Amino acid sequence: MRALMTTWLTALLLLCAPLAQAELTIDITRGNEQATPIAVVPFANEGASLPEDLAQIVADDLERSGYFDPLEREAMFEQPSSSDEVRYGDWKALDTRYMVVGRVSREGEGVRVRYELMDVSGESRMLGETVTANPDQLRAAAHRISDQVFEAITGIRGAFSTRIAYVTSEGVGDDMSFKLFVADADGHNSQQALSSDEPIMSPAWSPDGRKLAYVSFEGERPAIYVQEVSSGRRVKLTSFEGLNSAPSWSPDGRKLAMALSRDGQPEIYTIDIGSRDLQRITNSPSIETEPSWSPDGRSLIYTSDRSGGPQIYRQALGGGDPERLTYTGNYNARARFAPDGEAIFLIHKGNNGYQVARQDLDSGRLVELSDARQAESPSVAPNGTMVIFATQQGSRGVLGAVSADGRASFRLPAAQGDVREPAWSPFLN
Amino acid sequence: MQLKPYARSLAVAFSLAFVAGCSSTGGTQDGSMSGSGSGSGSGAGTSGTGTGQVSGSGLSDGSGQMADSRIPEVRTIYFAFDSDAIRPEFQSVLNAHARFLRNNPDANVVLQGHTDERGTREYNLALGERRAGAVEEFLSVEGVSPSQVEVVSYGEERPAARGSNEEAYAQNRRVVFAY
Repeated sequence: MRALMTTWLTALLLLCAPLAQAELTIDITRGNEQATPIAVVPFANEGASLPEDLAQIVADDLERSGYFDPLEREAMFEQPSSSDEVRYGDWKALDTRYMVVGRVSREGEGVRVRYELMDVSGESRMLGETVTANPDQLRAAAHRISDQVFEAITGIRGAFSTRIAYVTSEGVGDDMSFKLFVADADGHNSQQALSSDEPIMSPAWSPDGRKLAYVSFEGERPAIYVQEVSSGRRVKLTSFEGLNSAPSWSPDGRKLAMALSRDGQPEIYTIDIGSRDLQRITNSPSIETEPSWSPDGRSLIYTSDRSGGPQIYRQALGGGDPERLTYTGNYNARARFAPDGEAIFLIHKGNNGYQVARQDLDSGRLVELSDARQAESPSVAPNGTMVIFATQQGSRGVLGAVSADGRASFRLPAAQGDVREPAWSPFLN
Repeated sequence: MQLKPYARSLAVAFSLAFVAGCSSTGGTQDGSMSGSGSGSGSGAGTSGTGTGQVSGSGLSDGSGQMADSRIPEVRTIYFAFDSDAIRPEFQSVLNAHARFLRNNPDANVVLQGHTDERGTREYNLALGERRAGAVEEFLSVEGVSPSQVEVVSYGEERPAARGSNEEAYAQNRRVVFAY
């Protein structure tokens, strides 16, 4: 257990007071025992005074992934800044498997970061790259370094340069305010996308990462909107009588699946965003909601209570009968596909209450991943390594994340208000 | 009081409308019951809903009017866990609303369905609709015109009470009559 929040981070929060209510901090709640030791040495500073500690951002990213256990800085008795300064024997003695070194210099108005990744046991350089960044892109530059390091070692594309959308609320009953935010995947750089005194629900990223679909009750009835993230420009897509709920993008970005109750009970529909052509997918006297498109675009999974309680079903879009996927326990809901389509992540109620679980589709085996209170709204990182979800800490709603194997987890509490319904963006670069 | 401000102001408007000889219609200025009024195309930061600060004092001074022209005072009924069954103790409340709506065919009500926080949000939205739908069905059987009744589910999004305990949950599993 290690708290990642450092004093400079706290200082940053205070400096950004207007944003502080939405800014999320990070507490590691469960470290991975089998994480790979890595040393991210503080980058040498060649005349560029920086408001951000780039090496610390990289170390935090790598630790949060659950794959790595960054070496404490106090344990680093030397701080090389390039591969030819590294005395491998010293770092082997610290059981370090990999190390990242770098130096930062001025480049016009911005900075130039030269970094290298070394395999300590093999005494070899694996990666070397120069990144230039404007002063307002320093964190983005660090996340890019994290992405490259992560992929070079694990073979898995890094997802540190992605973003999350989430909803906050304050107040109770008739006196509430709701906001939709977009932030970096580590909770920083939050920006408000929408504010309302009526509920905002179910944000969902378009596959190109440029738009968000969500449900807003701002007209006293639920309606589904699609909003361009950069401009705030938006359109109201559906406002049928009854529920307009749970939008989910098709992988090609042309359609949304959603739950509508215009014909009575909530059913799953798809709508073509261009033509507004509406197609009904399910037909049953029970509740059908929470659709999610398979990565190959050929089927939808959704929650239905046709068996008495909520369970996950799969419907091929070409027709045919729906197939029930979950049989473990009597509450399985709001499933989302892993990016490879071979597993689903969902909310499962077992002896430990509502938790994030993974079910492998081949074996049908379900494993609880989280150890949280009232977990809900799981959303999978685009590289499939982590799942972000909503939970409770004290009396407040916070975001949590757990690795896809359940070994590592962390929380992202906000300074105030309730935070929920996180949605992890696709790859943005 | 579970009513939202707009509903309260409209309740005032209705109440005033039924008071014989009363010429004031001062409770209607916010006009926010105009339906699903929010336009599309407005950018981020739109809140969309204007709600006035109108007090509900008009409800209590209807001296001399017929009882059936007043909106029944109890406007929230509660449900058991995972249930949309109307509890026997609330049947009289529903009967009073049914009588009011039958006798005032110009009155409209929004049945706001709510759940407690347990379970997933979108599924709870569907459960809240089922709860409000059970009330709608009751009113329909009692002869209320379907055109007077609309269902809007808020799921777990607007808790009446905070807290993760049975007391809060019981207050949150409810249907509110919003006139």
